[in-house]
Amino acid sequence: MMNIIEVNKENFENEVLKSNIPVLADFNAQWCGPCRSMKPILEEMAASNPGYKIVSVDIDDEDELAEEYGISSIPCLIVFKDGEEINRSIGLISRDAIAELMEG
Amino acid sequence: MYDIVVVGAGPAGMTAAIYARRAAKTVLVLEALNYGGQIVNTPDIENYPLESHISGFDFSAKVYEQAKGLGAEFVFEKVVEIRPEKDAKVIITPKNTYTAKTVILATGSENRKLGLEDEDKLVGRGVSYCATCDGNFYRNKVVAVVGGGNTALEDALYLADLAEKVYLIHRRDSFRGEEANAARLKEKKNVEFIYNANVTKLISEKRLKAIEVTDKIDGSIRTIELNGLFIAVGRIPENQNFAGLVKLDDAGYVIAGEDCHTNADGIFVAGDSRTKMLRQLVTATGDGAVAATEAVKYINNLETV
Ligand SMILES: Cc1cc2nc3c(=O)[nH]c(=O)nc-3n(C[C@H](O)[C@H](O)[C@H](O)COP(=O)(O)OP(=O)(O)OC[C@H]3O[C@@H](n4cnc5c(N)ncnc54)[C@H](O)[C@@H]3O)c2cc1C
Repeated sequence: MMNIIEVNKENFENEVLKSNIPVLADFNAQWCGPCRSMKPILEEMAASNPGYKIVSVDIDDEDELAEEYGISSIPCLIVFKDGEEINRSIGLISRDAIAELMEG
Repeated sequence: MYDIVVVGAGPAGMTAAIYARRAAKTVLVLEALNYGGQIVNTPDIENYPLESHISGFDFSAKVYEQAKGLGAEFVFEKVVEIRPEKDAKVIITPKNTYTAKTVILATGSENRKLGLEDEDKLVGRGVSYCATCDGNFYRNKVVAVVGGGNTALEDALYLADLAEKVYLIHRRDSFRGEEANAARLKEKKNVEFIYNANVTKLISEKRLKAIEVTDKIDGSIRTIELNGLFIAVGRIPENQNFAGLVKLDDAGYVIAGEDCHTNADGIFVAGDSRTKMLRQLVTATGDGAVAATEAVKYINNLETV
């Protein structure tokens, strides 16, 4: 869990929208199997991509953020650059597909 | 060169790896996504002997640790081609090429789609294949489930407790799924059954807004406004890449009997991706054991000739 930052509606702006490096936000929930399956992959990606920030949003705790970003299927990965959403994917995807998403 | 390359790290593939390692063979498991296979989608398994309740992800993680602990190697790459050459099978991924004495195909199956225009685009925007993953987003909303098997019935039951209204659309006049599930569903006041009908169009404006349902008997068309459509029309095997390697049946399953032998020398198949009666965890893990044992026998024979 060291490499992934848990974010909530209080720190979302600072950690994600105002981040000076690109951010990959993982919208997930405890009860979602594919989300749990993707977690260790994201941990690895975070460790091997120091130029990137990877954050996790628990959609049960953060229903306002989920609503704001129109999440209706998880796991959902959203890439933010300079506060703008530039890419999004849904469902369990491969390491290569995540890397591609991050490249933008 | 590996003794055995296993394609797919679902329950069948990981069990094959366990058996192969117990026979002291070198094993590489190649997996396109992550270990676990389709079972990670279920929050609760109740019919696997040993535990009354376990989530699909926890089940997968345990089997993965067991296989790794015994020395199986896992690499996360998708196999795109297998070439049977004279002295070895050559296994090709977009990044690497591996060689092995034998291959066990354990590629499982994936969600069958309806094949409608915009279906892919609307996944996550109103279209879903996993009620237990996405049902929560449809609290007090209107949804439909398409299908008539157990998954469709279970999805409809699950959604009936969350959504305001659930339509269950089935192309026949009776369900293939368990009687008990159908009976429980009929008691729910917010479930409407639509029999003998197909979903023929997805109507969207950024998100799914409505569906068109065509009656198979009189051809009449009905438009239903809704927020979510859950598609549960079965699963299909993922063997397209191996069509030239092993014989497939019309539905795309690798043809094999209980011995898990394919028609190709030194290529075995385990789990949901082969022709069989029952596609469940117990039968997938059972196949993994058989396929690995047969592969080990094959290798030992190579060494004695
Ligand atoms: C929602 C749901 C609930 C279920 N509940 C139960 C239950 O309660 N009890 C029960 O017994 N069964 C249940 N099942 C069925 C069970 O999950 C399957 O029977 C079982 O997972 C089959 O295992 P498998 O290893 O054959 O295939 P899969 O689990 O499908 O695994 C195949 C793996 O191969 C990988 N793969 C495919 N192609 C390639 C390639 N070219 N290269 C590399 N990797 C590849 C896939 O990514 C996947 O990880 C359920 C299934 C679903 C979908």
